[in-house]
Amino acid sequence: MITELDRRQFLSRALAAAGATWTAANWPAVLAAAEHAHKTAAAPDSQKWEFLTPAEAKEVEAISACIIPSDGTPGAREAGVVYFIDRALVTFSAADQKTYRDGLPEVQSRLKHLFPTATLFSAATPDEQGAVLESLDEAGAKKSPRRPRANFMPGSAAQPLFEVIRVHTLAGFLIDPESDRNGNRGGVGWTVIGRLPEHGFQPPFGYYDKGYAGWQPASAAKESAKND
Amino acid sequence: MTRATFRPGAPDMPKYKPSDVVDFVIVGSGAAGGILAKELSTNGFSVVVLEQGPYLHENDFSHDEIKVLQEDLLTNHPKLQPNTFRKTPKDKAKQQRVLVYGRAVGGTSNHFTANFWRFHEIDFIERSKIGPIAGSTFSDWPITYADLEPYYTKVEWEVGVSGMAGASPFDPPRSKPYPMPPLPVKGSGVLFERAARKLGWNPFPAPMAILSQPRAGRSACVNCGFCLGFGCEVKAKSSSLASMIPLAEKSGKCEIRPNSYVHKIEVDEKGRATGALYFDEKKNVHLQKAKAVILSANGAETPRLLLLSASSKFPDGLANSSGYVGKNLMFNTGAVSVGVFDEPVNDYKGFAVSRILHDFYELDAQKVGFYGGGGMDARFDMTPIGFAFGGLPPGSPRWGKDFKALLAHNFTRSFEIFGHGTSLPVEDNSFSIDPEVQDAWGLPALRLTYRDHPDDLKLAHWLADRSNELLEAAGAKQHWTFPIDEQQFGVHLLGTCRMGNDPKTSVINADHQTHEVKNLFLCDGGSFVTSGRGQPTMTIMALAFRAADRIRDLAKRGELNA
Repeated sequence: MITELDRRQFLSRALAAAGATWTAANWPAVLAAAEHAHKTAAAPDSQKWEFLTPAEAKEVEAISACIIPSDGTPGAREAGVVYFIDRALVTFSAADQKTYRDGLPEVQSRLKHLFPTATLFSAATPDEQGAVLESLDEAGAKKSPRRPRANFMPGSAAQPLFEVIRVHTLAGFLIDPESDRNGNRGGVGWTVIGRLPEHGFQPPFGYYDKGYAGWQPASAAKESAKND
Repeated sequence: MTRATFRPGAPDMPKYKPSDVVDFVIVGSGAAGGILAKELSTNGFSVVVLEQGPYLHENDFSHDEIKVLQEDLLTNHPKLQPNTFRKTPKDKAKQQRVLVYGRAVGGTSNHFTANFWRFHEIDFIERSKIGPIAGSTFSDWPITYADLEPYYTKVEWEVGVSGMAGASPFDPPRSKPYPMPPLPVKGSGVLFERAARKLGWNPFPAPMAILSQPRAGRSACVNCGFCLGFGCEVKAKSSSLASMIPLAEKSGKCEIRPNSYVHKIEVDEKGRATGALYFDEKKNVHLQKAKAVILSANGAETPRLLLLSASSKFPDGLANSSGYVGKNLMFNTGAVSVGVFDEPVNDYKGFAVSRILHDFYELDAQKVGFYGGGGMDARFDMTPIGFAFGGLPPGSPRWGKDFKALLAHNFTRSFEIFGHGTSLPVEDNSFSIDPEVQDAWGLPALRLTYRDHPDDLKLAHWLADRSNELLEAAGAKQHWTFPIDEQQFGVHLLGTCRMGNDPKTSVINADHQTHEVKNLFLCDGGSFVTSGRGQPTMTIMALAFRAADRIRDLAKRGELNA
């Protein structure tokens, strides 16, 4: 969990990185805006669902936990993806309400169809859950990757439930934790993929630019390579 | 006579009434509109800028990918402003999103990558050098690189470009070095540089419209990692919003009027523009009167506005006797390959691009078998959610344990090679108005007709091959190219109101003045005659600085008066 103290520290580190008159003059306002967003994001769980029923929420959480499992590192469950989805369904993805309401019972019937003795998806074994979702993932591996662009989320009433939950789960796991979307709690999604939460960075950024000697014209570069 | 009143809270910015006949009304506040507003207002002219989007500031910007990319915080809204697409004029267009452009004060310059290459000399005279190309309206520009050089320098110094003069053996001549050193190198840049040298190519530090040092009250880049697609919270990205708009407002002669959607240019019985009709936020219609009108609404909305302004005097659209308004659209060819490396590159830190190369700027058509040329850059421009949807190799799992493991491994170890190149102008490739679909204001929607010239597709494949060679030489343990298909979507909106000396085959002259309406000027990507090699905003800005000088001189000589 990012504490308020951590946050102030990394904001002030970003400020140091900027080292600029403009930032010095304006950073308090940026900081205030960011802190406001952060407080909203860090508000304690209100347990008051905005769209999902508690029973639906339990199933959605179980499905999202198969999409990004908690396998030694945090997954969708720890990132609070179900809270993100609940809020998405009354905000930017309100058009998908019906997909969830009608689609969740279909997940249960698929489960019963494949495993007649099973009761609820959330109570099924991991193998059973995996098999159900495999059978629902119609798009599956047929999809070749596209370069992401604006409106990357295909969420719409025309999509089958599994695809919509998949999209929402990925977004809820990786959304800016300081946003008011209620996802990526504690920034755990970013931690899993190795993205640091800071607002600013100083070179070297990674393994390959460490020790870079500075740009040289091709002839000089050839010369120094010879001398190595 | 116009008398500005001053608003509380914006002490320098005047407020004009629509009935005030201002010297200039400018439609659009982006790369071109912002510069024209600054140049003309600081030369003493009264200016109103009508911007269809809101007036956002640094505090309104956000790293929330849903808010910015999905809900179009900074860009056109597909629900309010639907588009349609067809491949050829014979087809019936169907509804789909065909473009992204900036819809806020600052326009597309708020969210661009900020790759700021100058065009080279060849870009302006290539038709003369290589002759006609079948299926293309390929032409020379009516201006040369030498005409534009002082204005490229002006962009670098006044708007703010970081770079290293003389680092590329292919660079065109320049009158001054860059005003500040290049941005720091990224891991992708180091790998690109080493590999390109191994292959005998000439990599160099990318010229970027992002400040590497504090300048003019703006911060240097803090390397936050949310750059392409996002607005800059510290004013390091050289948008019109950060660089030009504040100077225009400070002149005391320029009003930026947001949420003002222009839908018609009014013309009097003598065929002269008298002002711009626009919807305010509440959809009330106003006419902003002006002595002259400048359209910098981008290469899609400028031609649409001319077509929407058809009248009995101009039945085919305003300033469209050539029939070229909206036509000869060029998107730039592109091919993107991704490489995955053993160690963390952490290319998510920082701006997008730190190294590029121009070895393939002019390919020999005899050798490669097609017309074209381009540049290549190393970049990482995918933010976390976008990467999860589109950044993994083909055939990767889409969910579950293995998906998560791949995501965790690849996010910090991937970067892209982007090959950018020429598009040939094809007459049928166009923006026009759809006969059926309407926007939320009841106006005909923007319709795209587009099919890449075959040479453009060959170039894309050729560039992808070079990118994969480079990734191989860089030691990528895996690399692939995103599918290269015919384009149905664009962000570079070029050539749709091209400049030229012949009124039969161009819409504006070399002064950006429409051939038919003497007090109507067009300046944006639509003014281009050829596409360049993929980085148009630098040239849009240089054209705008030059256009401002030409328009100022015409106005001072009284040539814009009735």
